[in-house]
Order: sequence, then C-alpha cells, then structure tokens
Amino acid sequence: MAVCVAVIAKENYPLYIRSVPTQNELKFHYTVHTSLDVVEEKVSAVGKALPDQRELYLGLLYPTEDYKVYGYVTNSKVKFVIVVDSSNTSLRDNEIRSMFRKLHSSFTDVMCNPFYNPGDTIQSKSFDSIVSAMMVQSS
Amino acid sequence: MESLTLSDVEQKYYSDLFVYCDVDNTKKVASNGKVLDLFRAAQLSNDVVLQITELCGATRLGHFGRSQFYIALKLIALAQSGLPLRVESLNSVKDLPLPRFVVGKNEQESRHTAMYPDTENQGPYSSVIPRPPGRVPAKKLSTHEVIQPCVSAVEPQPDTTSPVVSPHQSPPTSPHAWRKHKRQASGGAVDRPPAVAGAAWPPFREAQPGTHSGDGMWASHSPPPVQESWVSFTDTPPSSTLPAVHPSSAQESTTVRTVASAATTNEIQRQASGYEDPWKITDEQRQYYINQFKTIQPDLTGFIPGSAAKEFFTKSKLPILELSHIWELSDFDKDGALTLDEFCAAFHLVVARKNGYDLPEKLPESLMPKLIDLDDSAGVPESAPEVGFSSSPVEVTPNKSPSMPSLNQNWPELNQSNEQWETFSERSSSSQTLTQFDSNIAPADPDTAIVHPVPIRMTPSKIHMQEMELKRTASDHTHPTSPLMAKPPELSEEKKLAAIKFPGSTVGDGYSSSDSFTSDQEPISSAVTRQRSHSGTSPEGLKAVAPPPPPPRPHASHSRSSSLDMNRNFTAVAAGAKSPHGHSPEATSVPHGHRPVDGDGLPAHSSTSPQQMPEQPNFADFSQFQVFAVEQPVDDGDTHGPLCSVQVEKGVDAAGAVRATKNDTQAEERTPATVNSAKGSTPLAPPPKPVRRRLKSEDELRPDVEDHPQKSSVVPGVLATQASIPRSIGKDKKAIQASIRRNKETNTVLARLNSELQQQLKDLLEERISLEVQLEQLRPFSHL
Repeated sequence: MAVCVAVIAKENYPLYIRSVPTQNELKFHYTVHTSLDVVEEKVSAVGKALPDQRELYLGLLYPTEDYKVYGYVTNSKVKFVIVVDSSNTSLRDNEIRSMFRKLHSSFTDVMCNPFYNPGDTIQSKSFDSIVSAMMVQSS
Repeated sequence: MESLTLSDVEQKYYSDLFVYCDVDNTKKVASNGKVLDLFRAAQLSNDVVLQITELCGATRLGHFGRSQFYIALKLIALAQSGLPLRVESLNSVKDLPLPRFVVGKNEQESRHTAMYPDTENQGPYSSVIPRPPGRVPAKKLSTHEVIQPCVSAVEPQPDTTSPVVSPHQSPPTSPHAWRKHKRQASGGAVDRPPAVAGAAWPPFREAQPGTHSGDGMWASHSPPPVQESWVSFTDTPPSSTLPAVHPSSAQESTTVRTVASAATTNEIQRQASGYEDPWKITDEQRQYYINQFKTIQPDLTGFIPGSAAKEFFTKSKLPILELSHIWELSDFDKDGALTLDEFCAAFHLVVARKNGYDLPEKLPESLMPKLIDLDDSAGVPESAPEVGFSSSPVEVTPNKSPSMPSLNQNWPELNQSNEQWETFSERSSSSQTLTQFDSNIAPADPDTAIVHPVPIRMTPSKIHMQEMELKRTASDHTHPTSPLMAKPPELSEEKKLAAIKFPGSTVGDGYSSSDSFTSDQEPISSAVTRQRSHSGTSPEGLKAVAPPPPPPRPHASHSRSSSLDMNRNFTAVAAGAKSPHGHSPEATSVPHGHRPVDGDGLPAHSSTSPQQMPEQPNFADFSQFQVFAVEQPVDDGDTHGPLCSVQVEKGVDAAGAVRATKNDTQAEERTPATVNSAKGSTPLAPPPKPVRRRLKSEDELRPDVEDHPQKSSVVPGVLATQASIPRSIGKDKKAIQASIRRNKETNTVLARLNSELQQQLKDLLEERISLEVQLEQLRPFSHL
C-alpha cells in the first residue's frame, strides 16, 4: 500500500500528489521531489536507447530507512512516483507494477477527458478513487 | 404543513423556481430576496403575499424550505385563480394553473435593477428564470455591457437573489415555464434602475434575437436555466437565452422556437418527472438530445469526438470540473468520444446539474449506454440474469453449435460451476481460462460479451448435447426428440431418478469427494440433476444435470462398495433388459442403483427403465447407469447406458471413497457384460457424460462408457459427477470419441475466444499508448 502517490508532469511540476494524511505530507512531497532527480537519471541512462526499448517501470528509485520510492515514467514523460512504507511487508515488484499500471490507465482516462487540459492538476474523481484504493488503508 | 402533492408539471416548475431562488444552494430560501420578489411578481397584493408566507410556514420557520416554497407557490396559484387561500385547498384543488409570475422585459429590467440595489423586488425572476425567448421583444440591448454592470451590481449584494446572480447558480429549470408567461413589458412594475434588470434580461433576450449570439449569451450571463438551455437547444438561440449553449442550435428558426416552447414546457414537465425518477431520460428529452447530437454528428451511429463535445458542453457554462466529471461518468468506454447513448447521458447529466441536481458518483443505470448486441447470444448482462442451469444450458446447447451462444448464456451459471469445470479432466483448463475472462471483463463492455460464454457448464452439457444428438441420430429406437421429450413413463422414470438423485446427490457428494469435484459441484450437480429429473423430459434438464457432474471420475468408492451388489443386480437387470429398451430397465435400475446398495429393486426397475431410458437419453442416465452397472448388455446401442450405469453406480456407492475402485471392479465386471451390449449400443451417441467420465477416469470409464452407450449423456454426466462410474466400461468407444470430439470443439471455441480477447486487450493497450503520445504532442509546448 502506498503511502504517497504523485504524478509529475513532463516539466517536473506536480499534477497530482496525495499522501496518507496522517503522515507529514511535506516530508513526502519533498521525497517525491528529490526522487525526480533519480528518475531523470534513470531516464537519461536508458534514453539513449530507442524509446520503445525503454521500460516504463523504473523500479525502486531509492530506499531509505523508512520507505521506498518507486518510479514509473510514461511515454509522454509523465512520471508517477509511489512511496511505500518500508515497514510494510515488502510489496512484491509485481504488485508495484500493477499499481503503476492502474495509475497509468487511470491517468489515460483522465487525459481522454476533453475537459481536461493537459497540464492542469488532476481533479478527476475516478482517478482519486483509484489512488485511494492504493493508499494505505490503515493509520 | 400538510403534505403537498404536486403534479409533474408543478413539480418541475416549482423545483425550477426553487432552484432559481435558492441562490446559495442551501436548499432553503430566505424569506426576503428572491422569494419575495418572486411572489411579488405574481402580481398579488402584499397582503396576500404575507398571508401566503404565513400559511406556508415560512414565517414560522423564518425561511423557505423547499416544501414551504412549494406550498407558497401553490398558494400563489390559488390566489391567482381567485380561490381563497386555504391550506386544505392545497391538495384539493385540481388542475390548478401554475402560478404566474409576471415578467416583462421592462419589468425585468426594472426588476433587475431593483433587485440589485435592494433586492427585494421584482422580478428578476422573469428575466432570470425564463428567458422567454420569444416573448422578449426584440430589444436589443447592449447586453453585454449591461450585463456586466448588472453582474457587478449583483455581486455586492449577496443576499439579494438578483436574478442575474441566480442564473449563475443553477438556472431555474423552469425558464420555459416562465416563458409561457407573457413577458409583458409591464413597465411600470418597478421603477428601479432599469439598467440592472435590463442587463439581466438582455442577455437573455440576446439569445432570442441573436440566435447566433447564443454563445455570447452564454458568456454574458450566467448559465441560463437548464431547462431553458435544454429547450433552447431546440429553440435555438434566439428564443432562449439559454440556447446559447448551442450555437449550432441557434440556426434553428424561430418557428422551431415557438414550437419548442410548447415542447419545452412539456419537456420541462417531463423533465420534472424525469427527475422524480432520477436520471431517467424521457422521450422528449431523448429526442432533443438526439437532435443535438445530429447537429454535431449527423451519423447517429458515429461518435462525437472529445473536442467537439467539449465545446458543446462548455456552452452550458458549467464549471470545467463538473463537466470533466460528467465526461468521466458518461464516456463509458473511455474512448474519448461519445456515442449517441453516451452523449445523451452526458447531456442529461448537464441538464440535471444545471437544475441543481448533484452529479452522481457513478453513472446511474438508466443512463448507461446500451450495450451493443453481442454477436452471439444476447449480451452478457442479459445472460447473466438467466437462470438456471436447467434452462440455459439446455436451451442453448441444442440450438447452437456448441459454442459461444450457449457458452455465453451459461457463463453466469457456469461461474458457479467452475469447479465442475475443473473437475472435468479435459475441461479444467479451458474452464479456468473462461472463468478468468469472465472476471476480467466488465459485463457492460460489449466486447466482453464474447468472453462470457462460460463454457464450463456448457462443455459438459454441450458435450452432452452432442452426445445426445449423436445418440439420437445413432440410436434407432431413440427418437431424436424423444429423449428430450418427456414421456410419461419416462417422467415417472425420471421421477424415480429424481428421487434417486436426491439421495444420489448426497451420494454424489460422497462421490465428489472421491472424485475431485468440489463439494460445490455436487450440490450444484445434484440440484441440477434434480431439476433435470423433475423436468423429466427435457433433455435440458438432463443436460443441466449433466454439466455439473464432471466427467465421470472414477469414483472408486462408489462403484465398488455397494455397487458390488448393485452391479450384480444391475447385471441381472441388464441382462433382462437387453434390447434397446434396455435403457428403461437401466433407468429404473439406476434409480435404485442410487440407493445405496438397494439393489433389490433394481431388477424390477431395470425392466421398466430400459424402455424409458431409451427415450430419455438425458434422463436415462440414472437408469442407464443402473442398467449399465447391472448389465452392460442391457443398453444395446444405448449410449446412455454407460452413463446410466455410472450414475447408478454412483448412486449406489454413496460414500464412495472407494468408488473408484469399485468402479473399476464394477466396470470390469460390467465390461464383459456391457461390452457386448456396448457393441450393440454403439450407434447411440454415447452420452457425453460417459465420454467425459471416460476422460476423467479413462481406464475405468472407458469400459463403462463402452458399456453404456445409450444412457442419456445427461445422466452419465450427473452420475459422473457423483461418481464417475466406470459403468460405461468401454461401452462406447464411439461415445468417447464423440465426447472427445466435442471437447475438442469446445476447446477450440474457447481458445478462439481467448485469442480474441487477448487481441482486444492488446489493441486497447496500444490505443492507450498512442493516445497518450498524441496528447503529449498536442499539449501546448509552453507548458511551463
């Protein structure tokens, strides 16, 4: 279960960021921000290869003692970052991937909405519900 | 206040007015401000107004709740009709005309102005509410400028429900109703600074004259009442200020408008009723939506691209966020385009929102786009509610090729019998895949329909059907339809079987334990069998039964334990039966057979059953089993035989843990006996069950199957589940082969389905990715 989910636009500003409320949100925001560097690094590393060879799922960006940060980048350079609690029984990689897949598909739905201007913050209720489903239920 | 019953028209009208007055969306209206203005617009004396206020309880409460407001409106109508104001008359007066609120252009203007400055009076209602498109004399005002000041004027007066302001919120839905009222330029009503009022009006009016300027109207004033807009679409911009929403509709002529106005009121009424049944789209509304759809996309079966839809709905002046939410709700297939159904749903939601209804979290059922008819069988949703194993499998199987249609229908049922699927030796994999499809695909998705066919059930039944058919064709004595038809004797036979089945089902449970079938299957199968038996004739019934029982697993236990005796009995019976009629004895014996070791009756029964059995291939299973068990030879050419015998055996060995062994032994025993008969019975298509069973316990079953070629496949199937009795020992090579064939067919069908679905999935994923890429490209470069 994620503790924080963030969607960052191509230009590296957040389109959507949500944390489990009980936590110190600012901390997560900061974490996500710093993780962008890692994302860029990974993307550029693979970027030399052709785009289709580049994997969307970036995997564990960096772990800290408290939590782990996973990244995923779409073909349009929109980044998804998920922060999960380390104490949480380590989620399998597959689970993280599936979370990203869900995020991606939900994000695509948001994009398909003609009323959504790319670059706006994501205010879609369905997207919210999907993210909520992923967030840590407890605490 | 006494409860108030309102007619549809009234309901709608009042709700519009309430929305109009409920500027703050607090669901209650202050007694000053718009309400009073509205009341005054009714051209009633102040005393009357005060009286009304008292009567409706607003005075008591200090504000107008929705009910108070409605009561007040009704009282106004009463007053306007000249009737005395009495609370009792609220409900007693029938056909009370709607309260009229005079709104004249001039008045409006003045009212507006009045409203702004001091709110309390006049009618901005008229101007605000209705925009009687037609009524308004073609006064061209510089709406825009006027409006602006109005608007600004309005702003500072939050409490005044300035008409102009209200539109911002949710425009009263009954603008149309207003429309009806003449907008008399009653001029003198208020001498308020006309400017303000005028401002409000003009926007509306602009709509009228300036059809084209509809858009402008939109921009200039707050969203016109939804109704208006709704109507206005038809009316075209000129008439209703609202229409501005659809500049396209502006093109329509005024005549349309006038007609529309009439229609509008009706529509409004209907809308009102629609609201009462929330989210239901009335015919007029739907027609209106369709017309609007046509203006964007002439082809009714085509799509409206997202951008066009965006423009269209943006005219409704709803906040983008809400429009976005509406889009999310209505774009059912998430393809970025709206079909006619989706468009109607979206439009309906817009109308509702404009009328003050909150958007639902998920799309209401009545707004769901109709699923596209599936190619084969009715859409999944339709099949879903379908009942019954007995009904669907039977009906489906006989007709169609053992494929989708039946599968589809059976899908829901089959879901339950997933285990059954699995139990079938061969089917298990396919069933599992099938089930997966089912779970993955949303029933609503038309594409999913394809997936739905739940072969699980079908396979057994399908095979059964096939076997049945084979049997029918093969068997001479068995009339093709006869097996399916329930003959009286068969019925009795079946009843017996049914009776047996019950115990048999329990036995079956026992069998299942031995059989790898899950207990779920057993109850299901037993239930099915019960159904079958009751239905007697219907091969369907049998078939239904058949599926549940997985292919005969060698219930080792069952056959053996008591079956020994039974077998003996069976053999005895079978021997007696011989002939094509062997089925009946088998049938009868089968029933007996089911009873644990109750073989005494078998012989007697067997004699009768065989006759019945042949006719009832399905039903015959039990008897066949018994017969088979008893006497392989009995079923000559009766493919059911093996099945029956198997079933019988199953019945016999209730507890058959050892069934398998028993079956083996029995099978072996019977094999010799039945082989002979089996040979004879080859012509009959071996009941699918037997075949299946064979699959399960090939070694055992084979002989059994051979033995019981005839018995209805259903029975075998049933028995199979209970205890794949090895009855059909080698009975029907043909049966086995036939069932194998059927299974293969089913497998191919399922595999096809699988591949189709996979393909669809791939396509969708590709689309997603391509869309995202496109979006990225389209996105303004200067995104920072």
